[in-house]
Amino acid sequence: MSTTTIIKTPKHTLSVLVKHNLNTLSRIIGIFSAKGFELDSVTFASEAEPGMARLTITTRGDERTVEQINKHLHNVVDVLKVTNLTHKKCIERELAIVKVSTAKVGRPEIMLIAQAFKAKVIDITSDKLALEVTGNTDKVDAMIEVLRPYGIIAMSRTGSIALKREFQGAVNIN
Amino acid sequence: MSLKSVKKAAMPDTQTFNGAEILIKTLADLDVDTIFGYPGGAVLPIYDSLFDNHDLKHVLIRHEQAGTHAADGYARATGKPGVVLATSGPGGTNTVTGIATAMMDSIPLVVLTGQVPTSVIGNDAFQEADIVGITRPITKQNYLVRDVNELEDVLREAFHIATNGRPGPVLVDLPKDMLNTTGNYKCNDKVDIPSFKPTLHGHQPQIAKAAKMLSEAKKPLIYVGGGAISGEAWKEVTAFAERLNVPVTTTLMGLGAFPESRPQSLGMLGMHGTWYANMAMTECDVLLAVGARFDDRVTGRLNGFSQKSRKIHIDIDPSCIGKNVDVEIPIVGDVKRVIPAIDKLAKPPEISEWWDTIHSWQKEHPLVVPRGDDKIYPQHMVKMISEVTGGNAIVVTDVGQHQMWAAQHYKFNHPRSWISSGGLGTMGYGFPAAMGAALACPDRDVVCITGDGGFQMSSYELATAVEYKIPVKIALMNNNCLGMVRQWQQLFYKNRTSYSVFGSNNPDFVKMAESYGAVGMRATNPEEMREVLNKAMKIKDAPVLMDFQVVETENCYPMVPSGAALDEMVESDEEANKG
Ligand SMILES: Cc1ncc(C[n+]2csc(CCOP(=O)(O)OP(=O)(O)O)c2C)c(N)n1
Ligand SMILES: [Mg+2]
Repeated sequence: MSTTTIIKTPKHTLSVLVKHNLNTLSRIIGIFSAKGFELDSVTFASEAEPGMARLTITTRGDERTVEQINKHLHNVVDVLKVTNLTHKKCIERELAIVKVSTAKVGRPEIMLIAQAFKAKVIDITSDKLALEVTGNTDKVDAMIEVLRPYGIIAMSRTGSIALKREFQGAVNIN
Repeated sequence: MSLKSVKKAAMPDTQTFNGAEILIKTLADLDVDTIFGYPGGAVLPIYDSLFDNHDLKHVLIRHEQAGTHAADGYARATGKPGVVLATSGPGGTNTVTGIATAMMDSIPLVVLTGQVPTSVIGNDAFQEADIVGITRPITKQNYLVRDVNELEDVLREAFHIATNGRPGPVLVDLPKDMLNTTGNYKCNDKVDIPSFKPTLHGHQPQIAKAAKMLSEAKKPLIYVGGGAISGEAWKEVTAFAERLNVPVTTTLMGLGAFPESRPQSLGMLGMHGTWYANMAMTECDVLLAVGARFDDRVTGRLNGFSQKSRKIHIDIDPSCIGKNVDVEIPIVGDVKRVIPAIDKLAKPPEISEWWDTIHSWQKEHPLVVPRGDDKIYPQHMVKMISEVTGGNAIVVTDVGQHQMWAAQHYKFNHPRSWISSGGLGTMGYGFPAAMGAALACPDRDVVCITGDGGFQMSSYELATAVEYKIPVKIALMNNNCLGMVRQWQQLFYKNRTSYSVFGSNNPDFVKMAESYGAVGMRATNPEEMREVLNKAMKIKDAPVLMDFQVVETENCYPMVPSGAALDEMVESDEEANKG
């Protein structure tokens, strides 16, 4: 799939409450590969409630595709709840660690960029900096794009996690 | 908290047994009367418990794939879940085709597989296979039971999931050491799975809208799928369609959900459906889909499918709705409950003109049964079986031309009487599935209409059928070729019949049957065929193989060529060759 189509297909964030077992996790991932749905990122971790876990899945597709994904997820026996956060007010965060080269422009310029994104410097060597940034995925994407020309040596992203905001007033559905 | 205290109060009943015994006890609690199995190292503890258990009938099949098909046939004939037992490794992997077949057709199965001891799982131990991983995409749910104290609950959950909502296969993997360990048997029949609560009652406003749309239709059509069979809704569907006097077409999986003797029946639709059913689908203005899934064999080319209709779709599985075709009124629910709810509100629509059109299609394009004095046409073979059995047999098929002719020419008037691998199209399915159906329904005639290709994929089960005196009537439509493949090669590959013709390389099927101790008979003309059939129907204590040598060159019509729309079907070789 070409990059232009990827940009055009809308992004969706699904929050899925499941029984904590690897069979369930594999079943869910299996749906995406078997049915040919896209999967941008997925996180899986224990819930506050013992024995439960939550997946945050970001995927792309038109409304119909996302509706199908939703229904297939519901059909997995150990899935308790699927919430589509796309049109809801939600708190979304992603964390990334980016190692960037300082060889071309020196440290100060990179640190200025880091400051602009409220990123923390977490490691320094003679020719690289490691930055830690949190924010919604768009912000993380933006910082990475700004840093790319300087030479990204390595990076690691958590993928997005999200929860619905308690206060849903004044939501603009569209 | 209250649930927990109830469980505690029941504790005095708790007894201890080893895993294998808990398994047998729980199967008995769940009303399992028959299991289809094959022994091996990992399941020896279970076989030891079976040794002196005479309540549970264990049928020793000759291959685990056939065992899975037999359990599937048992399930389709009764609605009860079929149960299979196989050993670890190759035993489990042999069940895979059978599980996939059941998954595609929503058939309730519980597959029990042995597994290597928990201490060596993951070590590539002898006969170890990750059967839970292998079957994940082809089961509704599956489990590996490491703790014997969870065994009873898991089994009860497995049966509950296999049979509720949209049915399907469930696999339970049983490590050998767990089967040998002593644990608690609570005899606790409560199953509560908070994450598994199928929607049964349709949404009332949607039901009201559907009733109104149907009452006002000028050219309505009811399209009934396998969901009406698995949902046991045939009475409701029949009463509803008759009261409204609306035409009904069924899918391959829905055959028998509406009696073909009724004037509203248009028979089957789809790739090899009747001319008039496919035309009705193309021309209708309101389409009510009942437990059907708009499969590509039914719709033909999607952008030419029923373009003039407003669509209502009832299904218990929401993921079936809107998957292939957009619908205006989706109703998620149990057809057995939703149909009567629509029936309450709907008025019979005013559709005499629509019936006139349909009757003229039926007159101009009937299903054709060619006949010869000295040769057996395959269509005639099915027609004669239909007559000799009075339309009351359970008909089980393999996959190919004979399957489509059986679907077209047998007059189905009863539910759970048509057993065929629709979704996966599994050759080799027919004969073992017929054995399962015959064991489940000893009072009914079971006819397996099979092909010379498909039968050879599970002919070894003759040994099982003879051993257990299973009186399946095998009607082998012998055209000495993989007929359906040859048909496609003729039509779409310029008659280059690559590796699809057996010619004289088929075995002597009569001798084959006899060598197993079954009855074998042959017919080469219609007179012999009637004689053989009459003789066969009287045999009640052994399988009978009837080798019907049919006209080898016949092709199955009508046919919607792949990629064509439903109304672009062809009715003869000549017409097909023109296109
Ligand atoms: C296991 C399997 N392999 C291959 C096929 C593809 N296939 C579909 S129909 C058919 C021919 C079946 O021949 P036969 O059983 O003689 O039936 P006929 O069409 O001649 O009636 C084949 C090979 C299949 N459906 N299943
Ligand atoms: Mg054949």
